[in-house]
Amino acid sequence: MSPDILLRIGGATVDTIYMVAVAGLIGSLIGLPIGIFLATSGKGELFPAPTLNRIVGLIVNATRSTPFIILVVAIIPFTRLLTGTSIGTKAAIVPLTIATIPFVARLVEAAIREIDKGLIEAARAMGATPMQIVFKVLLAEARPALTLALTMTAVSLIGYSAMVGAVGGGGLGDLGIRYGYQRFMPDVMLVVVIVLIVLVQLVQSAGDGLARRFDKKNRKT
Amino acid sequence: MSVSALKATSPADAAVVFDGVSKHFPASGQSGAFTALDNVSLTVDRGSITGIIGRSGAGKSTLIRLVNGLEKPSSGKVLVDGVDVGGLDEAALRTLRRNVGMIFQHFNLLSSRTVFGNIALPLEISGMDKRAIEQRVRPLLDLVGLADKHGRYPAELSGGQKQRIGIARALATEPKLLLSDEATSALDPETTQSILELLKRINAELGLTVLLITHEMEVVKAVTSDVAVIDHGRIVERGHTFDVFTHPKHETTRALLSGLPGSKLPDAVARALKAQPAPGDRAVVRLTFFGAAAERPLISQLIKSVGAEVNIIAGTIDEIGGAPYGSLVVAYGADAETSGRAERFFAENGLVTEVLGYVA
Repeated sequence: MSPDILLRIGGATVDTIYMVAVAGLIGSLIGLPIGIFLATSGKGELFPAPTLNRIVGLIVNATRSTPFIILVVAIIPFTRLLTGTSIGTKAAIVPLTIATIPFVARLVEAAIREIDKGLIEAARAMGATPMQIVFKVLLAEARPALTLALTMTAVSLIGYSAMVGAVGGGGLGDLGIRYGYQRFMPDVMLVVVIVLIVLVQLVQSAGDGLARRFDKKNRKT
Repeated sequence: MSVSALKATSPADAAVVFDGVSKHFPASGQSGAFTALDNVSLTVDRGSITGIIGRSGAGKSTLIRLVNGLEKPSSGKVLVDGVDVGGLDEAALRTLRRNVGMIFQHFNLLSSRTVFGNIALPLEISGMDKRAIEQRVRPLLDLVGLADKHGRYPAELSGGQKQRIGIARALATEPKLLLSDEATSALDPETTQSILELLKRINAELGLTVLLITHEMEVVKAVTSDVAVIDHGRIVERGHTFDVFTHPKHETTRALLSGLPGSKLPDAVARALKAQPAPGDRAVVRLTFFGAAAERPLISQLIKSVGAEVNIIAGTIDEIGGAPYGSLVVAYGADAETSGRAERFFAENGLVTEVLGYVA
């Protein structure tokens, strides 16, 4: 393999990490409150707003069921509005973020719904406000599950980021298709796949480790 | 049979007053409309340990949740320290809740917080600063005997220890009233006793009023001074624990009491029991004696005065709310002469008797 190709693989790795990190961060920051809202706004819950809950749930489902590659193309005008361009790594971050938000929201909702209702009742009996219950009880108790949810998000994002090559997004997936497949360079393809596996593995191990550290429930004594 | 008149105590002395409280749950999904509480009136005296006992589904969980506003009554009033809980807005309700502690069957501790952190939670919620929290939590750890476990997580502790944390947490805001929702139902008998001892101590030392709900007569017997029996959303019997135990009036009370050891007849006797005597049969009689009578040599006196054979079938000596109490089931000749002598003896000694039936 020529040094030029190795350099390209290095650059593509950086691009992938960059896209995943930025889309993951922004998507999680927006998805987290939406997930909290979904988990707490049902009838008789902390912030009862059943109608809005259903509407948000519907939008989330619609976004999640749109195939990612269609989402990428469909929101090109929006992407251009935000970044001034529809191609390149920066532009690819927009559809990645949009796809991340509902993904995170549903995972966060599930993580919070797992929490024993008795804890909410106990906090109410202590005179906690709904906001105090969210921050001191729900988020604190769901921390291990939330960590795993964000890990899963990052792993999925690495997969999605391979698809934004279709709009010139760059990154490892793009490189694999253009060099490995279209220019018949199976060795490039192999390296790309291995780098992706290593990335996923690293993210997963880090997430698992962190979740274990946060989990005081299933501790071995 | 519903008891709707309030007890003689004036509401000003009462920690909690339920005044004609009903609670209906509207139909939802598969479950139809349901009346959990039906015109309940009850007074919880300040400084008492009051028990509410009933089978599951009798409405006791709903009743205790009305006190701190976790549930709202459909009609009627709940007064805590003279304040109508139903009339409070959310903010005032939160203030009230900070002054009413509550402990739960499944402890409801945060798994992500240490023992110290769990006890500190209600104080954080009330906005207390860290130093003051530290000063408040330390003595509570000592009180419940978990000072050496302050850095542990709930998952590392036994059920009894978890409930001790629950109690310390409930006491953190220095409430005057403690609500106990089946606090010992998930614990083994021995641990139950130690938790009940702790509740008694807190009641005596801190002058805290305790309102507890349970389905176990053992719990009522061990700690309460007053008891109310609830069945199908109605209070069917209430009074001082000792009186209710020694003179149960309602069948639900009797049924609940029959689970206590010593209250049950041996199966063989129970099966042979007849409602009417035949010549030569013996009467089976339950004697209940308390106070000084519990300490006198009644049996030998009974045998002397009846002048006939007396069989002891079942018996127990126990304490209810700190007072000694005995229950004895005996059998003697059912003929008029023997029975007459026995009845005279019982009357002279102030014994409460109940003829259970006759055996051959």
